[in-house]
Amino acid sequence: MNSWEIIIGIETHVQLATVSKIFSGAPTMFGAEPNTQACAVDLALPGVLPVLNKKAVECAIRFGLAIGADVARRSVFARKNYFYPDLPKGYQISQFELPVVSGGQLAIAVGQGDQAYEKTVRLTRAHLEEDAGKSLHEDFHGKSGIDLNRAGTPLLEIVSEPDMRSSDEAVAYAKALHALVRWIGICDGNMQEGSFRCDANVSMRRPGQPLGTRREIKNLNSFRFLKEAIDYEVRWQINELEEGRPIVQATVLFDPGSGVTRTMRTKEDAHDYRYFPDPDLLPLVIGEDWIAQVQAALPELPGAKKARFMSEYGLSAYDAATLTAGLEMADFYEAVVAVAGKAQAKPCANWVMVDLAARLNKEDREIGASPVNPAQLGSLVARIADQTLSNNIAKKVFEALWNGEGTSVDDIIEVQGLKQITDSGAIEALIDAVLAANVAMVSEFKAGKEKAFNALVGQVMKAAKGKANPQQVNELLRQKLQ
Amino acid sequence: MIKSSLKQLAAALAAKSVSSVELTQWYLERISRLNPELNAFITVDPYRSLAQARAADERIARGEAGPLTGIPLAQKDIFCTKGWRTTCGSKMLSNFVSPYDATVIERLDAAGAVNIGKTNMDEFAMGSSNETSHFGPVKNPWDASRVPGGSSGGSAAAVAARLAAAATGTDTGGSIRQPAALCGITGLKPTYGVVSRYGMIAFASSLDQGGPMAHSAEDCALLLNHMAGFDARDSTSLEHPAEEYTRELAVESGDAPLAGVRIGLPREFFGDDEQSGCDPGVMQVVQAAIAEYRALGADVVEVSLPNSKLSVPAYYVIAPAEASSNLSRFDGVRYGYRASDYADLNDLYCKTRAEGFGAEVKRRILIGTYVLSHGYYDAYYLQAQRIRRLIARDFAEAFRQCDVILGPTSPCTAFRLGEKAADPVQMYLSDIYTIAVNLAGLPALSHPCGFAGGLPVGLQLIGDYFSEARLLNWAHRYQLNTDWHTRAPEL
Repeated sequence: MNSWEIIIGIETHVQLATVSKIFSGAPTMFGAEPNTQACAVDLALPGVLPVLNKKAVECAIRFGLAIGADVARRSVFARKNYFYPDLPKGYQISQFELPVVSGGQLAIAVGQGDQAYEKTVRLTRAHLEEDAGKSLHEDFHGKSGIDLNRAGTPLLEIVSEPDMRSSDEAVAYAKALHALVRWIGICDGNMQEGSFRCDANVSMRRPGQPLGTRREIKNLNSFRFLKEAIDYEVRWQINELEEGRPIVQATVLFDPGSGVTRTMRTKEDAHDYRYFPDPDLLPLVIGEDWIAQVQAALPELPGAKKARFMSEYGLSAYDAATLTAGLEMADFYEAVVAVAGKAQAKPCANWVMVDLAARLNKEDREIGASPVNPAQLGSLVARIADQTLSNNIAKKVFEALWNGEGTSVDDIIEVQGLKQITDSGAIEALIDAVLAANVAMVSEFKAGKEKAFNALVGQVMKAAKGKANPQQVNELLRQKLQ
Repeated sequence: MIKSSLKQLAAALAAKSVSSVELTQWYLERISRLNPELNAFITVDPYRSLAQARAADERIARGEAGPLTGIPLAQKDIFCTKGWRTTCGSKMLSNFVSPYDATVIERLDAAGAVNIGKTNMDEFAMGSSNETSHFGPVKNPWDASRVPGGSSGGSAAAVAARLAAAATGTDTGGSIRQPAALCGITGLKPTYGVVSRYGMIAFASSLDQGGPMAHSAEDCALLLNHMAGFDARDSTSLEHPAEEYTRELAVESGDAPLAGVRIGLPREFFGDDEQSGCDPGVMQVVQAAIAEYRALGADVVEVSLPNSKLSVPAYYVIAPAEASSNLSRFDGVRYGYRASDYADLNDLYCKTRAEGFGAEVKRRILIGTYVLSHGYYDAYYLQAQRIRRLIARDFAEAFRQCDVILGPTSPCTAFRLGEKAADPVQMYLSDIYTIAVNLAGLPALSHPCGFAGGLPVGLQLIGDYFSEARLLNWAHRYQLNTDWHTRAPEL
C-alpha cells in the first residue's frame, strides 16, 4: 500500500507593531484595563468612519518586499460580515479579492545535524485587516464580558501555499516567518500575547494524487502546539481514511490539555461572509516612491546577511544560518566580531552559538536580555587569541561576567588572578616539581602507558591552578620526559 | 421675521434689533404651537437651544459674530449631536444620546448657529414620505393630510412651516430634494465627498451626502459655506479647496443673468418617450419654469440619459447592500435598544433587531443581505455597479453639451398619507428623477417653481462635479426674478 503524503498550508495572523489602531487613533498597547483603549470608532458608535493608518500599510509593504512578493499598486478593503459580540460593527474590515501583497517566498531550515535540509515555501498572499475584540466567558457570574481593547488592532494575515510536508516543516516555516516579521520590525513576535497566531490547514493524499479535503486547526499560539496539533491531526486523518471514512472539510480547535483536535464547525454551517468593497474606504493606492522609500529603509535581510557572513567571516553555511536566525543574534554577533577582530570570526561564532546560547537557554532568556554584552564577549575572545586566557579559564571569566562580578574582562582577569601562565621558566618549574612528586607515573609512561602522560598534564595544570598554557605544558612535559 | 432670509436675520442680530435668545424663543414657541400637528421634530430641548443662543448673543456682543451666529437651525436626527438624543427615526436608537458631534454639527456650532431641535425622518433615512419613522409621520405644512416627502421630511416641513430658519438634511437617493420639492423649499445635495459624513449615521455610504435645506438658494449657499470642507475623519471626503458658495450671488448681471448658460433637457424626462409617468400638472409647472430660465438668457439643448431607467433598480441593489452591512452594528450589545427577554446570543440578536427595526428597514436589510450572498453577488451587486458606471458616463456625455440639466424633482406633488405606504415599488418610483444623481455622485438642487393643485412643485437642477456655486447662483437668479420661494403655507 502507498504511504500518505501530508499536506500543510499555514495562515498566520501577525499583529503589526503600530502605536495606534488600523482605522482609529486609539492605542494598541497590550494588557490595559478592559475597554480603556477603544475609541468611538472601535466601539462602532453610529456615524463613525474608519481612516487607514499609514504605518500599518508601511508594515505590509515592508513584508512584501522582504519576501520578494508583488506589492499591489492598488488594493481594496472589503467588509467581512458576521455577527459576534466582540465584532462591534457586525463586520470586519479586511481585504478579499485584491490583497496588498501577493506571492513571494520564504526559505526555511528544517531539522538538525545530518537530517538538516533547506526548503523554500511559497506564499500566496498577505492582506491587511483589523483584529476583533475579546469575549471573556469567565468571572462574569454566568454572563460574558466583552473587551474591545484589541478591536481594530492591525493584522497582516499571511497565507502560505500548501508546501509543507511534515509538522517539522510547518514549525520551521512558522519559526522563519516569526523571525522575519521581528527582523523587519513589523511585529513584536510575542506569542503569549497573541501577536503571532497560526492556523494550520492539514490534508492527506496519496503521492501524485490531487489534494485531499483539508481541516483547519485554528489559533495555535506556540510552536509546540503547532507541532502537537498537526501530529495529532495527521494521525487522526490517516486513521479516518484507512477506516474508509472520508474527511469532511471543517474548522477544528486544538486542546493542548488533552492533545486532541475537536471540530468547531463543518462546511455546511460555515458563514456566508457577504464580502463586498468597503464604501467607507477608498482603494489603497501605493505609489512607486513610497515603495522605494520603504525599500531603502529595509534592513539587510536574513538571506543576504547569511551569504555575507559566509563570505566576509568565512563561516560555514550552518553557522551563518544559525547566527542569522534572528536579527538580534546577528547584530550581537557582528558587534562581538567588531571588538575581537575579523580574524577571530569563527571563535566568536562558537562563543555566541554555543556558550552564550546554552547559557541563555538555561535561564530562558532572549539574547537581548543577555547579561554579557557583545563588547565584553568580544574582548574575552580577544584575550583568548592573545593567549592571556586559556579556553577553560575564559569560561570562568564568562561566568564571572554573567554573574556581574565585574564589568570588564581585563579587570576580572586582574582581580581574580586568572592570567594564563606562559612563562616557560615558570611552567618548567611546575613540571619539575610534579615529576619529582610522581615518580611512579613517570615510570608508567616510560613503560609505554600513554595515559600516564595525561595524568601528569593534569597534575601540572592542577599545580598551576588551571592557569598554565595547556599547549606549553604539553610540549615542555614531553621534552622533559624524553 | 417669518419671511426673513438668513442674511436679513444676521443683519437684525448684528443691529441688535433682535437677540438670538429672542429669535430662539420665537421659533421654540412656534414649534410648541405647530409641532404637535406637524410632528416635524423628534427632540426639542429648549434648555440646550437657549444656552447656545445666550452664547451666541455674547459672541455678537463681542463683535465676533459670523453669518450664522445666533441663527436657529434644525438638525436632521441623523447627525450625531453631543448630549442630544440622536435616534435616526428608529426605535433602535430611541434611547441613544450621542457622546460626540458629527463634523457638520461641529462646524455649525463653531459658526455659532443655534440647534433648535432634531428633526423627524424616515427610519435610517429609508423612505420617501417620512412614514417609516418610529416617531410617526410628519405632516406636510401645505396640507396636513399629505406627506412632506422623505427622508428629510421633518427638516423640509420645519423650514416650510417656519419652525426653523433653515435646516440640515441628507440625501441618499433624493432625501433632500424630494421633500424640498414637496414642501416648497430649496434644498441642495452637494457633490459626493463635499460634506463630511463623519457622525452622519450611515444608510448607504457610497451615496449618502449631507446638505442644506432652506428658503432660498442664497440661504443654502450660506449654510453650505459652514457645512462643506475636507474632513480627515472621513476617508471619502474630497481634498477639494475650500469654496465660498456665496461668491457669485452678489455679482451684478443685468437683464440676462443666465446668458450663455446651456440647459440640457433629457429626452427621457421630457420627450415623447418620457418613461417616468410624470404628473401632467407638475410637468406644466416645470415647463413654465424652464421658460423663465430661457427668459433670463439661458439656452436649451436636448440631451439624453439613456440608462436613467436603470437607476431605480440599480439603486435598490446598491443602497440596501450597503445598508444591510451598515446596520449590523445595531445589535443590542453596546448601545441602543435591546430586547428584554432572550434565551441566548442568537435570540438576543434576533429579538433586538426584530423589535428595534421597522418594516421598511427590515425589507432593505433582507434585500441587501440577499444581493450580497454567495452566488448572487455577481448577478446583482456587480451588475448594479456596472450600471452605476454607465449612468455616470451618461451624465459626463450630457455635460459636454450642457452646463445644467433641468427637470422635475418629483413626478408628483405631495401625496396623501398612506397612499403609497402599502406599495413599496410605487414609493421607490417617487425618486425616479433624483436617484441617478446619487449614483453618479453629482450635485443637484431643487427649488420651488410653482404650484399644481395647490401644492408646491420643485424644479431640479443637476450640475457637473463641484458646480454647487454655479447651481446655487443660477437658482438665485431665478429666485431674484420669481417669488415662489417666498410663498409660505398658512398655519
